[in-house]
Formats: sequence, structure tokens, C-alpha cells
Amino acid sequence: MTTPSLYPAVDSPIFGRLSLAALPIHEPILVGTFIGVSIGAVAVLFAITYFKAWGMLWRDWITSVDHKKIGVMYIILGLVMFLRGFADALMMRSQQAISFGSDQGYLPAHHYDQVFTAHGVIMIFFAAMPFVTGLMNYAVPLQIGARDVSFPFLNNFSFWMTAAGAILTMISLFVGEYAKTGWLAYPPLSGLAYSPGVGVDYWIWGLQIAGVGTLLSGVNLVVTIVKMRAPGMRMMKLPVFTWTALCTNILIVAAFPVLTAILAMLSLDRYLGFHFFTNTMGGNPMMYVNLIWIWGHPEVYILILPLFGVFSEVVPTFSGKRLFGYTSMVYATVVITILSYLVWLHHFFTMGSGASVNSFFGITTMIISIPTGVKLFNWLFTMYKGRIRFELPMMWTVAFMVTFTIGGMSGVMLAVPPADFVLHNSLFLIAHFHNVIIGGVVFGTFAGINYWWPKAFGFKLDRKWGVRSFWFWVVGFYFAFMPLYVLGLMGVTRRMRHFDDQSLQIWFVIAAFGAVLIACGIACMLIQFAVSIMNREKLKDTTGDPWNARTLEWSTSSPPPEYNFAFTPIVHDNDAWWDMKYRGYERPAGGFRPIHMPKNTGAGAILGGISLVFGFAMVWHIWWLAAVGFVALIATAIGHTFNYNRDFNIPAEEVERTEEARTKALAAQG
Amino acid sequence: MSSDTNTTAHGHDHDEHGGASHGTFRSYMTGFILSVILTAIPFWIVMSDAIANHTIAALTILGFALVQVIVHMIYFLHMDTKSEGGWNMLALIFTIILLVIAVSGSIWVMYHLDTNMMPMTPVEASNLP
Repeated sequence: MTTPSLYPAVDSPIFGRLSLAALPIHEPILVGTFIGVSIGAVAVLFAITYFKAWGMLWRDWITSVDHKKIGVMYIILGLVMFLRGFADALMMRSQQAISFGSDQGYLPAHHYDQVFTAHGVIMIFFAAMPFVTGLMNYAVPLQIGARDVSFPFLNNFSFWMTAAGAILTMISLFVGEYAKTGWLAYPPLSGLAYSPGVGVDYWIWGLQIAGVGTLLSGVNLVVTIVKMRAPGMRMMKLPVFTWTALCTNILIVAAFPVLTAILAMLSLDRYLGFHFFTNTMGGNPMMYVNLIWIWGHPEVYILILPLFGVFSEVVPTFSGKRLFGYTSMVYATVVITILSYLVWLHHFFTMGSGASVNSFFGITTMIISIPTGVKLFNWLFTMYKGRIRFELPMMWTVAFMVTFTIGGMSGVMLAVPPADFVLHNSLFLIAHFHNVIIGGVVFGTFAGINYWWPKAFGFKLDRKWGVRSFWFWVVGFYFAFMPLYVLGLMGVTRRMRHFDDQSLQIWFVIAAFGAVLIACGIACMLIQFAVSIMNREKLKDTTGDPWNARTLEWSTSSPPPEYNFAFTPIVHDNDAWWDMKYRGYERPAGGFRPIHMPKNTGAGAILGGISLVFGFAMVWHIWWLAAVGFVALIATAIGHTFNYNRDFNIPAEEVERTEEARTKALAAQG
Repeated sequence: MSSDTNTTAHGHDHDEHGGASHGTFRSYMTGFILSVILTAIPFWIVMSDAIANHTIAALTILGFALVQVIVHMIYFLHMDTKSEGGWNMLALIFTIILLVIAVSGSIWVMYHLDTNMMPMTPVEASNLP
């Protein structure tokens, strides 16, 4: 149901389709949210001004080209967007728990449809993707003994493009509407005929802008891993996290152009009356589904592979053993990378391909579970007879292994085409992919955050609140999603706002209870961060290696100096840092040389800001502003190429002072 | 591979010695002459109607185009199995694999959809492959 009054009858030359009617003042839920968000925003802005932090924010963070800071900013972006996506999830769970029989719940249909679309888009593109990109950005250069990524400015630019896409998506909450099509916006529903509003346009431009950032950061990390490894670090000596990061970024580089092309074609359909995916004039909506899953299936491996890498770092560290089967782990990763391109049709078994096509893709899908199984057994064998320390990262890893295995098994069930004809589009599918994405990506991200937090900030995270968060999350997950398997097997389809069958209600109530438990888990996690920051002196780690870990990032101080390593480490073995510790490595105390570093620049943030204006103008058909924005974008990019003042040297004395301080801290530690 | 200075935005400007060779006058001329020949022959095929069957003519021209692509890659892009320590070749092979998968897979899938989703009687439907 589109309220026609949302848009003026004739586009204004100045404001395009934008008018006061686009503000949702008649929706009490949105007005309430807006008031809450505004109060929060004012409080944050006031706090920044009060603590005179604007200069610091601009100089040290927004313009920073330091991969460590950009990594942290990605994680913060991911956490903020994760809270938004989770709010959507809570709304859906509560709506479905009460909307039975004569009760229509509290969300009108057009609002509910936007909520489930926004939930999917935000969780995948603006929570999970920033999480994995952030972890890779932070850890990869440190793991390979580099001082930054290959293209530090590009890294900053990529981040701000991702942030601009996220902000554009958030704006749709209060200005206009979001897509009501589901997270992949299949035509013909997403075409102009059935979605005449701005919702799908917000979806297109939010993803198109963020996609530029993702693609460029993919290029950046591939080049970094190929070209900037420390001497002696041959490919088969790479830490497994870096291997998975390499495969992930190759997938990004290969897959994201497909998404860009599909979005461009859908834009042409919607803006210029093309007929790529319409029902008439030779268009073919099925081609859209085919193409978007050629991007979409590699995308799910883009999300999970880096977390496989995190678990491969966490398990050996907390088992006190070398990773079991390093070579098979690497080959499993590479095989998954290739196979991820051979399974896309399993997302639309029911669209009407013949038995031969469906069997081919069913079999390839089942084959993927083999390298994944290899990985699980490798982790289990690493733990076998190890001295396991159940610190927080290890707890998340064990929870992952159990949860992900269940999710993987339901995935193999869905891979059988006849079974998929029964289960497709049902809550069984929803339960399956939340089982692997929460069990894999989310738990993995939390393992990664708990693992690398001491490296990033110099103090550990509080254990007590971490354990509470862990149990709320894990138990909450099972309460929230196991009922959906049951409902799916009973034939309940996804994206429903209302049910007539009262006997289903109890399962939805259980699922809603699980969502509340997860909410407690998130709250505990936020408290964990706050408590840890307040107790940072007590939780302080001066060694730089609080977990007795194995890879190079732990050989430097916590937090690492701007230049990461005073001298590029020389690598002799897998688990380079473990090898150095074992051989009695001595930190060099003299002979420091000036270090050549890239200079911060505001160009990335400015380009991101202009992209945001451009995207907003395109969404609302404000053509003059779009033209100005586009020209400004090109001009700023070209202008930046004339900035020759891009690098500086950290003087040898300063390096010496920093390293001296670290030597003293280590000596005081004993 | 990694040196002290190549961590900056500028570092890679003068750091391409590990990369591809720059080619010689001789290699550029070889590439140029081969390209001219490989362009002239398809031109001749079209202009003189040398191959009567148009399907075969088109396929022949496609074949020449493919050879021309390889000539360009070897003589102008300096690709060989050793440039950039083999990474260029690896990237090329990976790209070709993905392209073949995506293009041939899409054609296969869409062809099947086309035959299966056309309006038909139940009897016709039950006789589908």
C-alpha cells in the first residue's frame, strides 16, 4: 500500500519528488523513534563539543589513513548499524508474536514490509560487511608484518563510501520510505510498475555507493597481501586469517562488479524506462534473479571466510598448539572460493529449471560441505590434547562450531532440490541462514573483537560481562530460531505480518522470547565495553601479547605504534611470532631509521559526503543537485590527484623514544 | 617484495622492477604487425564474402578475435607465466574460469527456464527432460 500523498503530483524543479509529505509525521512509531534518535544525536554532538573533541576526531580519525584506525571505524559502523538492524528484528518478532486472529498487531503492512527489507539489507551490507572488512583491515597488515595497506588513502575513501551508503539507508527511515521488496528487491516487484515510490531507489543508491567502497577495499587488501608480506613469508607461511582474507577479497573483486551491473540495469529500468527486468517489451525478471545470485552466493562466502580465519587463529592460540592441518586448511579455503561460484542456482531451485540443472547445482552445493567439514575437523583436532583456555574468544569459537554445524546440516537438507520445493521461502530457510550467519559471522565477529581488542586498545575486555553476554546470546539464539525450523516444516512462509491459525502462536512467542534474550546479550556486550573502558587500568596489558599468541600482530606493542613495526620482521616459520618467542627473540634496541609514512587527508570523507548528496538527489529526482554532486565528485577526485603533499617521515629519534618506552614497559612487567 | 618504503601511497611509483618487462622495439613491432594481419584477414573475409556460410564466417572471425586478444596480452600487456611472480597468469586463469562459469551457467539456466516455463499442456509438461 503506497500512500499516494507521499509524493507531489508533479515533480518540483527544485525539490524533485521531495515535499513535506515525505516526512512520516502520521506514523507514531517513526515520530517516537525520530525523537529518540534526535535526543541521542544532540547528546553526542554536545558531548563532542563539550570535550572539545572535534579537532581530535577530524585529525586522528575521520582523515586517518592508518589501517588500524580505519579498521576500528568499520567495526564501530558495523555495531551501530547492527543495533538498527536488531531493532528491526525485535519489531518483527513482536509483531508476529501478537498478530493472530482478530489482532492485527501494531505494524501496518507497508511499514512491516519496509522493516523486513531494511533488516536484511542492513544486517548484510552495513553490519556484517563492515565487521569483516574491519577485522581484515585491522589484522591483515599486522599479521604480514607491513606498516599499512598498499593504498592507504584508498582505504580511507572506501570506508567513507561504505559509511555514506549506510547513512543514505538510515535517512530513508525519516525521509520518505524504504523498499518493501525484501532484501534483494526482485523485479517485477521492484520495478517501476509495482514500486513507484522512492523505497527501491534508496535501496539502489545506498548499495551502489557502499559497493564502490567494498570493491575498492577488496582491491586494496588483495594487493596488500600479494605485495607487502614480510621477507620470508611465503604464501604457505601466511597466517590462516590472512589466507581467508585473501580469498575473501578476491571474491569481492570478482563478485561485486556483478552487483554494480545489476543495480545499474535496475536503475535504467526505473529511471529511463529500459526493459531489462520488466514483464513486457522483452524484459526478463528471471535474469535478475540469476544475476543477483551470481553475486549473492559468493557474497555469503565473503562474509563467512574471514571468520573461518578468525577461528583458525583463536583455536591454536587458546589450545597452545600449532593449527592442525595448515595445508588442508588453505586448500579447503581455496576450494570453497572456487566452489562458491558454482552453486548460485540453489537460491532459486523452484523458478523452473529442469531436473538436470537442479541436480547439478544441488550436487555442487552438497560438495561445498566437504571442505567446510575439513575445516571443522581441523579445529577439533587442533583442540584435541591441547591445553585449552576457555577465554572469551575460545568460548565464542566453541559456540560457533556447534551452532554452525547444525546450520550446515539444515543447509544440506535445503540443497536437495525436491526437499527445497517443500521448504523454499518458508521459515525453515530463515532458520537455516540465521543459523549459519549468526552462528558463523556474528559469533565469529564477537570472537574476533574479544581476541583483538587488547591489541587495538591495550587492555582486555571484562570477562564477567563477556560471559553473561555469551550465554544470553547463545541461549537466546536457540530460543529464537529453533521454533522457526518447526514452523517452517509446518509450512509457514517467510515475511508474513499476520496469521489466522492460532495454534502457531506459541512458537512465535518462544521465538520472541529468544529475541529478548539476545537483546539482553547485546546489552551485556555494550556494558562489557563500557565496564572495560572504565577499568582499563586494571585490565591493562603491557606485554602486547596477552594471550600467548602465535602470529606477528602480537609481536608489537598494544596498541601498536603508528608504524606497526620499527623493523620489518623476518619470517622463518608459520606462526612467526611463536617461532620468534621459541628462539629467544631480542627486540632491537638501537639503529632505528626514519620511517616513511602516508599523511592523513580529508579527501575520502569529502568524497563520501558528496556521494551521499548525489545519492539523495538521485533518489528524490532532484536533477540539478545530482548534476552538481556528480561534477563535484569528479572535480574533487581529480583535485586530490594534485595533492603532492602526501607523505612524511617519522624521525629516527621519535621511533627510538617510542621503542624505548615499550622496552621500559616490558622490563617493568618482568 | 616488501621493502621499507613501499608502505606509502607513493612507494610503488618506482617499485615496478619485480613486475612485467617493458618490451623492446622488436616485440612491439611483432605485436603490431600480427595485429594488423589478424585484423586484415577478418576484414577481407567480410568484404570479399570469401566464406559463403555466414555462421561459419562469424565463427572464423571470432576465432581471429580470440587470437588477437592473446597477441595483445603477450606483446602489449607483457603477460607471460613469470610476470609479477606468476600472479598475472593466475589472475587471468581465475578470471577465465569465473567468466566461463557465469556466462555458460547463465545461458544454460536461462535456456532451461525458457523451455520449461513456456505455456504448455500437462501432457507436454510430463514429457519434458
